[in-house]
Amino acid sequence: MSTSLPIIVKLVEVEKAFGEQSVLKGVTLDIPKGKITTIIGPSGEGKSVMLKHIIGLIRPDRGKIIVDGIDLTRINDRELNDIRKKFAMLFQSAALFDSMNVFDNVAFPLREKRRAAEQEISRLVQEMLDRVELGDMGHKFPAELSGGMKKRAGLARALVMRPEIILFDEPTTGLDPLMAHAIHKLILAMQKTFGFTGIMVSHQIPEIFPISDWVAMLRNGKIIAMSPSDEFQQTADPVVREFISVNNGIHLAPV
Amino acid sequence: MILLQHVGKRTLFLIEEMGAMFVFLLRTFGWLFRPPVRIAQIIKQMHVVGFKSSFVVILTALFTGMVLALQGYYSLRKFGSEGLLGSAVAISMIRELGPVLASLMVTARAGSAMTAEIGIMRITEQIDALETMAINSLQYLVTPKVVASLISVPLLVAMFDVVGIWGGYLVGVKLLGVSGSSYWSSIESAVEWKDVYGGILKSISFGLIVSWICCYKGYYTRMSSEGLGKATTESVVLAAVLILVWDYFLTSVLM
Repeated sequence: MSTSLPIIVKLVEVEKAFGEQSVLKGVTLDIPKGKITTIIGPSGEGKSVMLKHIIGLIRPDRGKIIVDGIDLTRINDRELNDIRKKFAMLFQSAALFDSMNVFDNVAFPLREKRRAAEQEISRLVQEMLDRVELGDMGHKFPAELSGGMKKRAGLARALVMRPEIILFDEPTTGLDPLMAHAIHKLILAMQKTFGFTGIMVSHQIPEIFPISDWVAMLRNGKIIAMSPSDEFQQTADPVVREFISVNNGIHLAPV
Repeated sequence: MILLQHVGKRTLFLIEEMGAMFVFLLRTFGWLFRPPVRIAQIIKQMHVVGFKSSFVVILTALFTGMVLALQGYYSLRKFGSEGLLGSAVAISMIRELGPVLASLMVTARAGSAMTAEIGIMRITEQIDALETMAINSLQYLVTPKVVASLISVPLLVAMFDVVGIWGGYLVGVKLLGVSGSSYWSSIESAVEWKDVYGGILKSISFGLIVSWICCYKGYYTRMSSEGLGKATTESVVLAAVLILVWDYFLTSVLM
């Protein structure tokens, strides 16, 4: 699983249990910088839990999570807050603040974390809304938006601080295939524009292959495979083959 | 044996919950005095807790004062001391009924709303979203509600006392024919600074109890709509019980 690329996030033997249910059983994973890495795997295997470990929303029972050389398990809340400034996250439900309209949602991190003039904030927000094709939706409230629009607004809010790393928690769950495709294309285009490191959790196969640089599979609480996207599709591993071929809707002959 | 296990499990759970509640309170206090002070949020919450509860508080106060005067009048008449009606109403209002009933109304009106608001934000990952933006959710969501309650509840209690005493005047003097001047003069001679001060102290602590319990229950809502309903019910019941229990202890110390 070692890559020659610079590594920005590193998970080492991460274990996590909720009550008596063990979810992560020693996850080891390297995330290359400036690429999109997608983690696939069956539902309920702890993919989202793993993603939340990377940004410190959940602390592991054992193991290390190293972001840019700093072990998240050994720092206090204030230091964690500093690390989080490198990150943004697009949640499964988009997690827009429902008390604010779309414009204020996107402006929120800027207003909170950067002491820029309101005029400057306004310009940055409008620019970002235009990029995600929500240019004239700023005045709408999250409750008035469709699922795809919420995801776009969430993406704009994630991008507006120009983070180094963006975490995507099943960005296309609950969307129709066309909308899912559009969101994937948008993520890819934004990654090309801004060059962030994308870490995505998804089970949209084969949709994610063309937009991912690397693909890893989480199974039974461990990463069982990771390789560049094109190699991953040709893997000989029977467990992985079964999972991706079932999702492809085609039966791949055993190699 | 099974019964013993059950009792033990329940007891452990209760102790754990109490511990978690105190940790929550201490952490909230820790964030109370750290910048930025969210004045706009505090004012918004004062509008919700204070202003929006004022109608129901006035209504309750009016009828409480009226019924006190009615009951008091018939009891006092047996001893021919109807002239003391004013002091009877005022002292029960200022010492007990004002702080307790106003706080119970705030719990029902604003406390349940606090739990629901924070609980929904928990379920829809909005609290996680705040954290990923390096914004402490306790400081952003909880401290403004606590500060607003600490300011608003004593003011509501003061309103309750005044309206209640006027309600007593309405029934005692206008309806039952007690002399107006003896109603007011008995209040003047009987109410001491100690009574007023005790009432203020009570109302401040009740304000803390309401916001603390209701925010805690919302913050740790289980991830379902059933969980949210349960959290709201629990917060109102627990806050109401704690207000009455704390009232007894505080009264016994103040006496």
